Amino acid sequence: MGLIILVGIFQSWNVALSIFNMCLISAVMTMGANIQWGYAGLINFGLMGYAALGGLAAVLISAEPVKEAWVAGGFNILMCLWLIVVMIFAIRFVLKYFKKSKFRTYGIAAIIIAGIVIIRITSEPSIEAIESVNPATTGFLGGLGLPIMFSWIVGAFFAGGLAFVVGKVALGLRADYLAIATLLISEIVIAIIKHEDWLTRGVKNVIGLDRPVPYEVELQTKEWFINLVAKFNSGKLDLIGSISDKQAALNQLVIEGSSVFVKLCYSGLFLMVVIALLIVTQKALYSPWGRMMRAIRDNEEAANAMGKNVVKQHLLIFILGSAIVGIAGAMLVTQDGLFTPGSYRPMRYTFLIWVMVIVGGSGNNFGAILGGFAVWFLWIEAAPIALFLINLFTAGLADTHSLKIHLIESVPYFRYLMMGMGLLLIMRYRPKGILPEKIEIK
Amino acid sequence: MDFLNAIILLLNYIFVPALTYGSQLALGAIFVTLIYGILRFANFATGDMMAFGTMVTILITWYFQSKGISLGVLPTALLAIPFAIIFMIGYMLFIDKFVFRYYRVQKSPPVQLAMVSIGVMFVTQAVVRIIIGPSDRRFFDGEKFIIKAGEFKEMTGLNEGLAIKSSQVITIFVTLVLVSILFWFLNKTKTGKSMRAYSDNEDLALLSGIDPKRVVMITWIIAGILATIGGALYGLDKSFKPFTYFNNMLPIFAAAIVGGIGNPFGAFLGGYVIAFSEIFLTYAYKKFFMYVLPESMEPETLVQLLSTDYKFAVSFSILVIVLLYRPNGIFKGKVL
Repeated sequence: MGLIILVGIFQSWNVALSIFNMCLISAVMTMGANIQWGYAGLINFGLMGYAALGGLAAVLISAEPVKEAWVAGGFNILMCLWLIVVMIFAIRFVLKYFKKSKFRTYGIAAIIIAGIVIIRITSEPSIEAIESVNPATTGFLGGLGLPIMFSWIVGAFFAGGLAFVVGKVALGLRADYLAIATLLISEIVIAIIKHEDWLTRGVKNVIGLDRPVPYEVELQTKEWFINLVAKFNSGKLDLIGSISDKQAALNQLVIEGSSVFVKLCYSGLFLMVVIALLIVTQKALYSPWGRMMRAIRDNEEAANAMGKNVVKQHLLIFILGSAIVGIAGAMLVTQDGLFTPGSYRPMRYTFLIWVMVIVGGSGNNFGAILGGFAVWFLWIEAAPIALFLINLFTAGLADTHSLKIHLIESVPYFRYLMMGMGLLLIMRYRPKGILPEKIEIK
Repeated sequence: MDFLNAIILLLNYIFVPALTYGSQLALGAIFVTLIYGILRFANFATGDMMAFGTMVTILITWYFQSKGISLGVLPTALLAIPFAIIFMIGYMLFIDKFVFRYYRVQKSPPVQLAMVSIGVMFVTQAVVRIIIGPSDRRFFDGEKFIIKAGEFKEMTGLNEGLAIKSSQVITIFVTLVLVSILFWFLNKTKTGKSMRAYSDNEDLALLSGIDPKRVVMITWIIAGILATIGGALYGLDKSFKPFTYFNNMLPIFAAAIVGGIGNPFGAFLGGYVIAFSEIFLTYAYKKFFMYVLPESMEPETLVQLLSTDYKFAVSFSILVIVLLYRPNGIFKGKVL
């Protein structure tokens, strides 16, 4: 926290606030992962997929619906959705009313294959039709045109829904298998989001999403905002003598101030989410439910013997944690105002978040938030720090020395080095994280 | 004639590429499976370790090229690989000594070791990118093709050409040799047998006088060899880019699990299963059917089961299905 303020003073408030906002988002994601790992000992390397689904929710909620596209192919797409539902019910029906046998397995496989073929036949022409509607700007179905804030909830539901399916499939696996399986499933999710252009525009990205906060350009013309900026900087403005200079300085300040103001609005919104989640998770941690989760984590067999439904609770906490990650994903897209499926990479959205969880302290919600802040701060500021260190150590070399030039060119990659070293050191000397789990018995 | 054309078409676009890709995956999968079987954790640093080995190979290749040493028609990299292997073994043993050994002595749960391997992944990735940079590099020299498509057409008089790159032949050949040596080592020599015994039951192996330190060291040595060769072959055939290597980790994991993790032979076959299914399912069969079917029945669409964008998704779906129905893999690996 203090470090962020330092950045604010030395670099600029704008940078500091954008780091702060990303820290808040990271903290939310970390809390989601922490609920799964710290409370229940479930390892989920699929965070990226849930975050992307949250982002998808933001697009589907807030983008303006594209009427031509709906006319061109909406009906067929809805038909396909309906077909998928029919398929699922058919499979459920078979599972319920036939005994387990080879015949049943083949039957289910036949239903799935036939279903996929039918869906492809119905959807292909309409997908082409949708994608050919004004492909440069739309070319997708668009969303509902609702305020983007709704997407935070919808994103949670999307992610929770995916987690339900994944949990049903994969939760029976041993820990490191679960890690691999979730990682791979999240890659599948990203592949679908990236390549189903009719839904998400794929790698063409969706830009210019609605904002819950005012736009900078509008702010700069508002009377009350200019007055506010003038009031804040009255001391500085009074020093300037001539009126024209004063006006120019004020304009400059208004432009700067507007972007700071917008970021502050975001910070406020995100802070509300973080605090609300913190209260809820803290309450949950000390509730009978939290005690049960810890019991299950520490000794599954014993908890099972005491009549706790381990499978059900695991599924529940898997869904809850993933839903929180989904909220974070929607928040991220809300802040950026754009959705870029190509940018979802496991390094950034899965492993980095895990570093935050481990460094901060698993099982401790404050630890999760601290981890989110500290690691994200390092992630951003790693390049300047590395640059400083390189200059320090190669001070003896001439500026044209090839080694020095090479090192300075590869400055962005020192952040990986720092993350890795940090993780290894923490794992070695503080395996429980900076703020270890502490359970007070009240 | 049409039938022959169809077969050549499949050979050229499916069989040869899939066999090459499968060999590259197989080496990685054996690497994963050995670490899993003997050291008992999922090594998330696999892809980056392979990238590291490839990077060393490239650096040595450049050195040789600057000195004017080459192998004539064969790529210079083949000459560089043995030196890279030596370096890589040193790297593996270094990592083991300073990172993994502590957790092994502590008998940490596998998940913790997997987390540690993520730390190693970050560091290795950083080192690779700092030293050689993230860009795409080709280091293949020597004769590029063994049979060119045009020459093949002239030779046989068929419509379809068959092109075989020398890198493909080298890959398949080296993989087969390496894997046979490895299986001979694991099944026939005393050290290999002690490694298998250690993998089956650690305590029993200790009781029978097997030195765990030696077993672990040999595992890392083999891992170093596999990582360097697997990575270098992939780089020779396609190109070297750190990010693709990181991504390759995922199909490699899929191959290891599909084949039954902890079972080297399963991993070997798993690599081919993954490679063939990826290419089979994403190939557009239009041309094939044009040769095989009479003209009236020719398909109008591409007859592609899935678009190539879903290449990775295919292998992961196979993995999910295998995990659901046969959690031990196709060829019985460790019991979960």
